Amino acid sequence: MKYAYYPGCSLECSSAAYDISVREVADVLQLHLREVDDWNCCGATEYFSQDELTACSVIARNLALVDPQLDQLVAPCAACYLNLKKTDHLMAEEPAFGAKVNEALAAGGLHYDAGRVRVRHLLDVVYTDIGETAIRDKVVRPLTGLKVAPYYGCQVVRPLNSFDNPEHPTRLDELFTWLGADVVNYPLKSHCCGGHMTQISEAQAFELIRRLLQCAVENGADMILCMCPMCQLNLDAYQRQVNNYFSTSYNIPIVFFTQMLGLAFGIEPGKLGIGKEIIPIEPVLRAKLSGATA
Amino acid sequence: MPEKVGIYVCHCGSNIAGTIDVEEVAKWAGENIDDVAVARDYKFMCSSLGQKMIEEDIQQKGLNRVVVAACSPSLHEKTFRRACQNAGMNPYLFQMANIREQISWVCQDKEVGTQKAKALVCAAAERVKRHKPLEPMKVKVNPATLVVGGGIAGLQATLELADAGYHVYLVEREPSIGGHMAQFDKTFPTLDCSACILTPRMSEVGQHENVTLLTYSELEEVSGSVGEFKVKVRKKARYVKEDLCTGCGICVSKCPKKVVDHDFEAGLGHRPAIYTPFPQAVPRIPVIDTDSCIWFERGKCRACEKVCPTNAIDYEQEDEIVELEVGNIILATGWKLFDCEKLPQYGHGRLPNVYTSMEFERLCNAAGPTGGKIVLRDGKTEPESVAIIHCVGSRDARHNSYCSSVCCMAAMKFGHLVLEKTKADVYSCYIDLRCNMKDYEEFYQRLLGEGMHFVRGKVAEVTEASRTPFENGKLVVQLEDTLLGRQRRIPVDMVILMGALEPQADSKEMGLKCGLSCGTSGWFTERHPKLDPVATMTDGVFVAGACQGPKDIPASVAQGAAAAARVQSMIARGVVSIEPIVASIDEDRCSGCRVCNNVCPYGAIDFNAEKEVSVINTALCKGCGTCVAACPANAISGAHFTDEQVFAEIEGVLWDAGQDEGQAPEEPQREADSVVA
Repeated sequence: MKYAYYPGCSLECSSAAYDISVREVADVLQLHLREVDDWNCCGATEYFSQDELTACSVIARNLALVDPQLDQLVAPCAACYLNLKKTDHLMAEEPAFGAKVNEALAAGGLHYDAGRVRVRHLLDVVYTDIGETAIRDKVVRPLTGLKVAPYYGCQVVRPLNSFDNPEHPTRLDELFTWLGADVVNYPLKSHCCGGHMTQISEAQAFELIRRLLQCAVENGADMILCMCPMCQLNLDAYQRQVNNYFSTSYNIPIVFFTQMLGLAFGIEPGKLGIGKEIIPIEPVLRAKLSGATA
Repeated sequence: MPEKVGIYVCHCGSNIAGTIDVEEVAKWAGENIDDVAVARDYKFMCSSLGQKMIEEDIQQKGLNRVVVAACSPSLHEKTFRRACQNAGMNPYLFQMANIREQISWVCQDKEVGTQKAKALVCAAAERVKRHKPLEPMKVKVNPATLVVGGGIAGLQATLELADAGYHVYLVEREPSIGGHMAQFDKTFPTLDCSACILTPRMSEVGQHENVTLLTYSELEEVSGSVGEFKVKVRKKARYVKEDLCTGCGICVSKCPKKVVDHDFEAGLGHRPAIYTPFPQAVPRIPVIDTDSCIWFERGKCRACEKVCPTNAIDYEQEDEIVELEVGNIILATGWKLFDCEKLPQYGHGRLPNVYTSMEFERLCNAAGPTGGKIVLRDGKTEPESVAIIHCVGSRDARHNSYCSSVCCMAAMKFGHLVLEKTKADVYSCYIDLRCNMKDYEEFYQRLLGEGMHFVRGKVAEVTEASRTPFENGKLVVQLEDTLLGRQRRIPVDMVILMGALEPQADSKEMGLKCGLSCGTSGWFTERHPKLDPVATMTDGVFVAGACQGPKDIPASVAQGAAAAARVQSMIARGVVSIEPIVASIDEDRCSGCRVCNNVCPYGAIDFNAEKEVSVINTALCKGCGTCVAACPANAISGAHFTDEQVFAEIEGVLWDAGQDEGQAPEEPQREADSVVA
């Protein structure tokens, strides 16, 4: 199976572990990901809050750059996924708007026909296109005994959800039961991590982060699985500040789901970006998964 | 006799005249359409003066064809046909042009509207000139009636008819009659016991000499038409011989298998594999659930057979098809509860102490699984606080956009029962409270007085994730209180979801069997939403109760009685006229190929082997025209829809075609074959 691949800016730097592990896992699953040539930033949440036409034009450039031989684009980052999908959707829903976007693209000699590229999240591709049987077949180091809290965040399943229930998603839960992990009940699984609120209002953001950490700890999770660079950053990088702020002592590792998927497939931890996280995962792996330590 | 056509264009007050220049249309018609003897416009054609105008013109000017351009024929075709008949003209020499629904109500440009009105009037005039006089067929009305559905609406209809002395066949899908009302504890706003008012009616129906009860049975097929329907009913195998069973219940008490009862007890209670759904069931004859019976599963047991004192158990019993002949049909097939798991944010099926409204009915019912004690799923803890969430699956664009109408009142009934039986605080989380029938507002006032908390806002989620120690171990209801203008988290022990009332899963199929359509929400469509609420577009088929739309008990009973009254008037008349719009076969042209035999959706065409031609049974034919189109030899024609009439209508509507090129309209090809080809 061949897909165009849009890593997005976060995966180049702060979430390099996500990119590395996605590429490793894709190899095992024989997902041929071809990175879009000369892709640009999706604008995260900022462009859309300024001007829709500009935002869509910037994003549509990436859709226009997708290899004409390919009709599906995979984005592992939640914000990139949503923005690409939203742009395609808006252009299809309102042809007049789509024409304006194309006017902008024409300045760069590009053109995009709405609906040509199907934007997919990596979880959807792994869950739907690969499926249970093939995944179970690839598991060489089952995650038995490892208690994971699946965290979806707010962007992947909303608002243009197409592959999971927007109110109570379960695909990541199911995927990790295939890997043998013990998936804990995580009722806040689709609640907000605070996004960029950490930059604007620490008190608000820290409370949202605290709730997510508290809920995972209360339900006995060893780690929280993320599928969004923003969520991972907020829960991991701000965990100590949250502890200082609330006088708590959370110490729960936050990983990308692809990293644990890779471990289950028997890939070396070092090749999956394990060790790049701030709250180290190694103690948990040492205790729960023998032979999977970095 | 040459055709003399009268054309009458209605203003309908300003309904039509506001968008169409009716005077111009009438004047134009008088001057431009051939054979028009008189063309008039009038304020209200349907008024008695309007009708009189037509009658006088027929008598004085010798009209022999009439066109009225007004509203939809479904409203006033009968009125004007009668006026024509009163003046001695055959009513089928009348034609209606719908210039209101099809033009004035949907058009803003007066010039365009007027132009289209001319086209429709011309079409009607060209068509009516080719009409043939027809005589309606008379059919005797079979006084027996079929009622489908043994809930409160169906029971009411059955009793009204049976008490009037007419035979009723009552078909019920479940093993007992009673419907949803049998599951309820109390009824709002009077709080009388549901079973106490329902069960006397059930036993009256069960024992009535004029009622044939067919429970555990489903409507299989309906043929024929008003006055003389032929109906097939599938009596599902009970595995208990009805003539031998005395209803002693020994088999039920000795059955070693217990399964969760997802039907009557809404999943809260258990029943044996051989069971009657509840103690007051009518009939008392049990059924064996083959999915859970040990004998059917593993070929062992037969305990019920051993204990039955009358040898009524019969494991070999098979479904039976019963054929009935009835004059009229009343559908009272009711509703089903919305699947609350479609809203996972409310946690039903995931969070144990989230209940659906039907579960709660059973929970507080004295005959229910807890003996009427309101306790949590653990079976012993009394809740200290209860939240009732309104509009679960109703007034929600993602599920059902309509209001389910009964849930506000049912929620207050639940609130009252919780306050009466426990010390719990009760919160009603509503969008709008709708308490708009007799004594309903008073009931709301009463609940306010009893201390029920009303919180206005749509609930976002019900979660077990606590934020404060105060919330620990509770279900937290998160919503925006739109009166306070802020987010609230209400920690409670129990949540009740007021699920939407939805059409039965098979309502579309049921509608197809009986010639009914369903609206966009799936409820059966009545003949007129205000003026004819229990009749349908199929003569002789009536609807009653919630199958036509969400309804409470008083409204369902009223409709059951209304449908029965309509049927009684049909029976009293004794004879109904049926539109003579049927197909007929020209035996000389019929090659006996039998293509039409198979395409007829009503099974109305047989083959006469002796003459080697197909024959149409006019009593079954509905005039749909399928055979007319299918016949390769053009041997079939549909009365009132002959090729000549339809092509004349098309010519009429295209009266101005070709004018742009400055040409007179060409004489169109009238030969049917070439046009069809």
